[in-house]
Amino acid sequence: MSDCRRQWNREDELPVYLAGPITTGSNQRKTYGMFSSVEGAFESKTIDFENYAVGRKGSRTPRSGSRERLLDTGDPISKLPSEARESSLNGSPGERDEARSRAEVRFSSGTENLNGKSERLLIKGGRVVNDDQSFYADVYIEDGLIKQVGENLVVPGGVKVIEANGRMVIPGGIDVNTCLMKSYLGTQPVDDFFQGTKAALAGGTTMIIDHVAPQPGDSLLEAFERWQEAADKKACCDYSLHVDIPQWNENVKDELELLVQDKGINSFQVYMAYKDVYQMTDSELYEAFSFLKQLGAVVLVHAENGDLIAQEQRKILGMGITGPEGHPLSRPEELEAEAVFRAITLGNRVNCPVYITKVMSKSAADTITQARRKGSVVFGEPITASLATDGSHYWSKNWAKAAAYVTSPPLSPDQTTPDHLHTLLACGDLQVVGSSHCAYSTSQKAIGKDDFTLIPEGINGVEERMGFVWDKAVTMGKMDENQFVAVTSTNAAKIFNLYPRKGRIAVGSDADIVIWDPDSVKTITAKLQQSAAEYNIFEGLECRGGPVLVLSQGQVVYEEGKLHAQQGTGRFIPRKPFPDYAYQRVKFRNQVKRKQGVTRGIYDGPVYDVAPTPKYITPSPSAKTSPTSHQPPPIRNLHQSNFSLSGAQIDDNIPRRSGHRIVAPPGGRSNITSLG
Amino acid sequence: MSYQGKKNIPKITSDRLLIKGGRIVNDDQSFHADIYMEDGLIKQIGDNLIVPGGVKTIEANGKMVIPGGIDIHTHFQMPYRGTTTVDDFAQGSKAALAGGTTMIVDHVMPEPGASLIEAHDQWRQWADEKACCDYSLHVDITHWNDSVKQEVDNLIKEKGVNSFQVYMAYKDYYQMSNSELYEVFTFLAERGGIAQVHAENGEIIAEEQARMLQMGITGPEGHVLSRPEELEAEAVFRAITIASQTNCPLYVTRVMSKSAADIISQARKKGNVVFGEPITASLGTDGTHYWSKNWAKAASFVTSPPLSPDPTTPDYLNTLLSSGDLSVTGSAHCTFSVAQKAIGKDDFTQIPEGVNGVEERMALIWDKAVTTGKMDENMFVAVTSTNAAKILNLYPRKGRIAVGSDADLVIWDTDAIRTITAKTHNSAAEYNIFEGVELRGAPLVVICQGKIVLEDGNLHATSGVGRFIPCSPFPDFAYKRIKARKQLAVLRAVPRGMYDGPVSEFSMSRGGTPSASARTSPTKQPVRNLHQSGFSLAGNPAPCGPPTPDDIPIRPAGRRIVVPPGGRSNITSLS
Repeated sequence: MSDCRRQWNREDELPVYLAGPITTGSNQRKTYGMFSSVEGAFESKTIDFENYAVGRKGSRTPRSGSRERLLDTGDPISKLPSEARESSLNGSPGERDEARSRAEVRFSSGTENLNGKSERLLIKGGRVVNDDQSFYADVYIEDGLIKQVGENLVVPGGVKVIEANGRMVIPGGIDVNTCLMKSYLGTQPVDDFFQGTKAALAGGTTMIIDHVAPQPGDSLLEAFERWQEAADKKACCDYSLHVDIPQWNENVKDELELLVQDKGINSFQVYMAYKDVYQMTDSELYEAFSFLKQLGAVVLVHAENGDLIAQEQRKILGMGITGPEGHPLSRPEELEAEAVFRAITLGNRVNCPVYITKVMSKSAADTITQARRKGSVVFGEPITASLATDGSHYWSKNWAKAAAYVTSPPLSPDQTTPDHLHTLLACGDLQVVGSSHCAYSTSQKAIGKDDFTLIPEGINGVEERMGFVWDKAVTMGKMDENQFVAVTSTNAAKIFNLYPRKGRIAVGSDADIVIWDPDSVKTITAKLQQSAAEYNIFEGLECRGGPVLVLSQGQVVYEEGKLHAQQGTGRFIPRKPFPDYAYQRVKFRNQVKRKQGVTRGIYDGPVYDVAPTPKYITPSPSAKTSPTSHQPPPIRNLHQSNFSLSGAQIDDNIPRRSGHRIVAPPGGRSNITSLG
Repeated sequence: MSYQGKKNIPKITSDRLLIKGGRIVNDDQSFHADIYMEDGLIKQIGDNLIVPGGVKTIEANGKMVIPGGIDIHTHFQMPYRGTTTVDDFAQGSKAALAGGTTMIVDHVMPEPGASLIEAHDQWRQWADEKACCDYSLHVDITHWNDSVKQEVDNLIKEKGVNSFQVYMAYKDYYQMSNSELYEVFTFLAERGGIAQVHAENGEIIAEEQARMLQMGITGPEGHVLSRPEELEAEAVFRAITIASQTNCPLYVTRVMSKSAADIISQARKKGNVVFGEPITASLGTDGTHYWSKNWAKAASFVTSPPLSPDPTTPDYLNTLLSSGDLSVTGSAHCTFSVAQKAIGKDDFTQIPEGVNGVEERMALIWDKAVTTGKMDENMFVAVTSTNAAKILNLYPRKGRIAVGSDADLVIWDTDAIRTITAKTHNSAAEYNIFEGVELRGAPLVVICQGKIVLEDGNLHATSGVGRFIPCSPFPDFAYKRIKARKQLAVLRAVPRGMYDGPVSEFSMSRGGTPSASARTSPTKQPVRNLHQSGFSLAGNPAPCGPPTPDDIPIRPAGRRIVVPPGGRSNITSLS
């Protein structure tokens, strides 16, 4: 990195991609340096803001039939506006000087611009931290996009300047797991998209991916649109959606295809728990995995063995345990590890990437680690709660407190769990951090006051997520700042195909940026949180590290403890299928894993006569139910044409047979009926 | 070999035997001693024994004398689609004796829906007629309901069966759901039975089989391709999880792959009570033969779970067997003729599953594990005999050379070299999956029920002399730990005041609760009433009022002073 810095210090040798919009024309911008990931997408250095603006405006309009969603995030170029912008910039060299002088004044004109039309911002003197490297550079932002990264940037006038004073400038966090609209028995979580995204922004998270949770029997598409509508109205930050598949049938397939191809969804959750409601059998999972793999989607798995949970719940209720402690007792971590193992096995068989949501226990995390060591394409997502607290609180005498911790899989009562999960997160065995934020009020939780199985499941964590990862992993020396960025933002963007638009500070990326203060200390308490819930499961914990300033879409939304979030500014970010991060390996494996049968002569020995209606059924009757077994497979016909010949052992003039007989096959002689 | 005293006592009446100059090898120690047997029991062990006249004496010449092998897994005379396996109890047990195995444990396979007890009696009848050595029975539970439960109870209490096999494979036929497995395991744990599992994920197998057939793969290679070892490992993992939840000892039959064996050894390291049984085939050969051009040869290797195509598997399993991570060895001897195998000539899913191995088992382990230095002779005895006897609760009657034990002995020749071939084996099958393999180590003399059945290479087995050996429940080897854990694992509720805050409205009508499974639970919460008596007191802002008399035993007043882990004790305050 040091030589890069040296380069930038000499202004005349400023890399072309940094000098971009002002000093050079679009035709000169052929070679790219480290930010080549955006090559071709931003040729003229000027983004088609209108294009995004359409998306933004559109997302506020009510759902209207076949409104076109912006699927192609990589190519938002449109000639007309960019040229206009360029000419205006090039035509006013004087403004450049003005801008500089203003930059030194700091904030002189910034305040008036904050709410004004101009969306230009310059972050000066910060240390840009991406997942791969950290370097000192200024960041210039215009219209919600990062336009320049480098030192001594030439920026137009009227720019608000933010002095970072050497603090870290990191890509805004992406919370991959929130449930802000997941209704339970008719009640909605107290944090809706407004409350939830506000909390997210206050914690340094500038994008959430929420779970669309349709009920069994509901249309996925309708549920998706309901979620999108609600989020468009209320969300304060960009969002995307996972869709949960509550049950598997033929109708679902069509809807999934539509969601992937037209709606910009590339991740779907299936459940291995919640027997008789969401749970899928292994066969259904196999089919779902196969189908989603064809679509290029990422399969999210809620991994717990629902059958056993149902049995354990019955047993524990039968023992008279009805309080929240019954929740972890009936869902021991072994059941989580078992389901994770099974999900990974399925993923391996289908050759499909598997993403385990909510890794809550050491054994589940270890199972993922081992599978990755064997080469499985599997991702693990610990959540704020499993990283910062443990399940001992389920035994609290305070019912409301104990119930507040109820989530599935439950927090592990093993107090060494958070530490272990942080270690795995730091070494890359677990990849992303979510929060699974799903806040219910105490009165909602009290639905299960006499029966722990009825307690609505959900905990908070969207606001505390980044802080705790910093506090427990980075300040402890387990993780460096780059890995911190990777697990809180970049990996999520890669897995869900948002990269490099999100998850990176680079020219052309969205201006979702956080200035991070590694030393600020705050005590978590429900009194000061943004969430509407009355409790906070991290109550009283001290957390070192937090955002000083949060930019979402190029706007300052959080500054010095003050939140300026605006309802409805969040855009839906569509995602394309086949994310490279998950699918590249899968594609190659597909090519390698072509199975071939053995070409043999036909068996011509005696065959035991089996009654047509077998009294004793074959031990593999499952094949009989398969639709293919009744019709003779294609190759068989080929063999059958040889049938008359196979009886003649010495007849070697059939080239196929004679050839085979010469070669000694692996493991035995080739004569078809002789016994080795 | 010579007779002491009068030399012309006919063999038939000679129930007295003396083995002189042998080295007795048990699972715990080896020592030089003579053994005197009478009436099928070992009567004396030691040097310079005083024995009555007319005793046949066998000179062991310093060779090893080991407890006769116990083959814990056979399928003799198993009915299959109107035919039966070619080795019936006579043929099969003869092969067993020829290999140094003096007891077999066969699997009773009732058809789904059929009575377990009737099937058991049928097997007993077949075996009593024909078996040449002592035998015992496992009963397979092929379906599950209350009447089966009754029958299992009956079998344990009255019929001397203590081990039951359940299936995680064979979808729509034998396969059981996780819930059923949970119930079976719970029941067996109560009654002191051993839960054996056939561990493979049947649902995925069904999908894979359909896929293979669709791809046009119909030969025996489709068998192994549709049953990759991952599915075995997955099912083993799941079975261990269920067993650990239900606190039931688990026995995994037929460990065929490295990954399945690894899962077992990991679980044992974590303290699970689980036993793994590799079989002769998985210890002696591998699954590359499924790709043989010779259909009959390839088909003869078909068994489930399949042999792993990884050629390092046998070595690995032998290592785990030596280290004690795998506990016992069986053979899963289940032989079909080529004509029977050919039922599946156009569709691998129809090939009857089964391999031979009862005769080769002991020699193969000796050759692969002891002569290679992985295992010592004591461990050899443990895995071929003693551990099986312990699991079945037959120890020390079987599996040990001790005074009072059954006179099932083998004089083992460590240096004999034999080449396995179907021409000379004792099974009725036309093929042998170990064809051409050279094995070092063989039984020299086999004594079963105090009678010499193998001597100078001649087999003198008599059909019908085999006795049924009843197994009693709660074998210490498996259940001692289980019992201790049961006492520890008593779950207790947290005594709390009643929640008296607001409760938001909710509708139960919509079938959408994530925990709907609980609603189907038949149990109402009995203890709740106890708590409800404290209801009026819970409103106190101070920590709940004085305990009601009911509460005293579980919630002493003293405990409330202590700050509970993780929070204050006021029921409604939010910390």
